[in-house]
Amino acid sequence: MAFTTSDPVGSEPDPIPLKILIAGGFGSGKTTMVGSISEVRPLKTEEQLSSLSVGVDSVSGVEAKRTTTVAMDFGRIAITPRLTLYLFGTPGQERFWFMWDELSRGALGAVVLADTRRLPDSFAAVDYFERRSMPFVLAVNCFDGAPRYLAEEVADALALPPAVPVVLCDARNRESTKYVLTTLVGQVLARLENAGQRPQ
Amino acid sequence: MARHESPDGGEWLDQEAGPLVRLYGVTRGRTHGAPTGLDLLSVVVTESRPPTDARLGPEHLAILRLCRRPRAVVEISADLDLPIGVLHVLLADLDADQLITIRLPNQAALHPNAPLLEELLHGLHNL
Repeated sequence: MAFTTSDPVGSEPDPIPLKILIAGGFGSGKTTMVGSISEVRPLKTEEQLSSLSVGVDSVSGVEAKRTTTVAMDFGRIAITPRLTLYLFGTPGQERFWFMWDELSRGALGAVVLADTRRLPDSFAAVDYFERRSMPFVLAVNCFDGAPRYLAEEVADALALPPAVPVVLCDARNRESTKYVLTTLVGQVLARLENAGQRPQ
Repeated sequence: MARHESPDGGEWLDQEAGPLVRLYGVTRGRTHGAPTGLDLLSVVVTESRPPTDARLGPEHLAILRLCRRPRAVVEISADLDLPIGVLHVLLADLDADQLITIRLPNQAALHPNAPLLEELLHGLHNL
């Protein structure tokens, strides 16, 4: 397949697509957070369709019918004419983590949503982004009736490195989501500036 | 699309709804053709109208209509409710017929510099 560059001669370059992942355990508020700041649309992938493509004639057998649709939430925000921000709510169940690798390629960073009633559910996502040295913020979604903790207490419980910002948020609230995202972008920017100052 | 309620509250689609086709029917059973290196954020643009004898299905034509203005792969998938894997196969068909151009995502996204991140911060504040 032929690819052209993103800067075709004689026309406007395509907007720069920046990508932020919204991760966290099942029911931690990923869909709500994406929906609080943009229109949310489900994006589907057929799990088996791609994995069967290796050496298997999928039309001949019942294998072709064994497809699982994995849906994730996808939001798009036009920041400026030359800058588009895409938000991807990663599939919560661990068995769909094969999607994360594709999604995290080229991502700016991630928001890991945590529910204080089920804090261990966010371990896996924290671990995933730490291993890949991807910048992330931990956003504690303050559900009604859930126990309240200080950000420091949550950071301790999850053994987060000091560089990871922890913010308390309400995923339903647009301003709160904006705060979480700007915290993340600020973190990415700080990292970039630190790297620039490091002696070569 | 004509819709009717069945007695148990489910939805019936009559012939006006067109054929109900399983996803592997849309791709004629093919699972190959996912263009290597096709990113979720690659951009698709329709280059020319399909020849009238083209062996294209309704999904192919829908992609061509949608991409008269450049669209990211994820947006096509969401707009047309086609799973990514199915869309890959259809895009490979259209590309082979030279009806579309597929562009890599604007590479400035891979290594965002400080001014770009500041533009994003400012934009988020002003939402």
